Amino acid sequence: MMINNYKIKLENVTKTFGRRLIFRNINFEFHSGKVYGLAGRNGSGKSTLAKIIIGVAATTSGKIVHTLNEKIIIEEKLHEQIGFVSPYLVLYDEFSAYENLVHTLKIRGKLIDEEKINYWLNEFNLFDRRNDLLKGYSSGMKQRMKFIFALVHEPEFLLFDEPTSNLDNTGKEKVYQIIDEQLKNKCVIIASNEDNDLALCRETLKIEEFKN
Amino acid sequence: MKSYSLFQKDWQSELRTRYAINALAMFILVTLSVIMFSIGDEKTSAHLSGGLLWVVIFFSAMSGLSRAFVSEEERGTTLTLQLIAKPATIFNGKLIFNLLLVFLMNIVITFLYSILFDSFVIKNYELFFLAFVLGNVGIAVSSTIIAAIISKASSKGTLYPVLSFPILLPLILTLLEITKFSMDGKLLSKSYVELAVLFCYDVIMLTASYMLFDFIWKD
Repeated sequence: MMINNYKIKLENVTKTFGRRLIFRNINFEFHSGKVYGLAGRNGSGKSTLAKIIIGVAATTSGKIVHTLNEKIIIEEKLHEQIGFVSPYLVLYDEFSAYENLVHTLKIRGKLIDEEKINYWLNEFNLFDRRNDLLKGYSSGMKQRMKFIFALVHEPEFLLFDEPTSNLDNTGKEKVYQIIDEQLKNKCVIIASNEDNDLALCRETLKIEEFKN
Repeated sequence: MKSYSLFQKDWQSELRTRYAINALAMFILVTLSVIMFSIGDEKTSAHLSGGLLWVVIFFSAMSGLSRAFVSEEERGTTLTLQLIAKPATIFNGKLIFNLLLVFLMNIVITFLYSILFDSFVIKNYELFFLAFVLGNVGIAVSSTIIAAIISKASSKGTLYPVLSFPILLPLILTLLEITKFSMDGKLLSKSYVELAVLFCYDVIMLTASYMLFDFIWKD
């Protein structure tokens, strides 16, 4: 199996909201084959940095460069390489889990691979409930559904913001197991302040160090 | 194809939630009823009834077409969309959805209007049809980009008609003029200038929308 080399380079990344500084001059590199942590207390700017890294929020100054096998990924195509999970990510409540996955895959321009969809639904224990509308799901089930949404299109880069929020112990174990076993060749970032989540990370970027 | 898939998602979602369809249907019924009650037995001039048609269309558009983006923002699914498609795909998908809604809405309004108001008589159907198609495209494009702009604002309900009015005014005024021409039976060849204005409006709005959307879409 060919291993892709995904790299994210943060160059002097600064973010302010009005006169409030969130972080200043972050220089860091993330590579494939390693799990990274984004740590910081509540309100420190973890989610803001996560949004900036995935390209849905702008920096105040500085830039972020994503490369795949040394080729720069243009902003328009960035979403193809990203898998993202966060508490503020909301899927479509009026659709079932299966419909959500089919619609999002079609919009991405991907072929519908039933086997792959069923595999991930089974992995996260949602196969039996795949045809139920998401509005009937518990918060833990919705969180597991977000992981399937993030993984089903096989992205090279995964960013998990508070990945284990709303999950029970079995759900947490499953997430840790998948990160450890199935995503070891990918570039993975975990933004969290949970010790158990950060224990998976080989290198951690502490936001508090970029506040001055 | 990706845009069409987004449209399919929106259409299926609309059929389940009835966000826009219900708002549009209720508004059309209420507006037509109000006009009928206020006119009563009085005779209205042909030009006045032609003008009122576009008033009904303008306000109906204001009541339902913002849903394309506002419903995503209200449900919190904007981020999901940002993660699965590039901005142009999203704008195209939403535009197809609004085009379908505008055409359905305006066909229903015009049909009901022609039944309910005796003074509304079109003599040059060809001219009216051309204006109707170009006008609907203009309304759909303008309302889609305005919906994208106001979706992140806190007072969306107020902002949408306020922002739409100056942008749609040149379009509505031209449509009023052409409707008057088609009711008078004026030849198509004598209305090329007005039709060219409509066509140019559509092209300008479409171009400006594509240029602007990338900036609106990113936080």
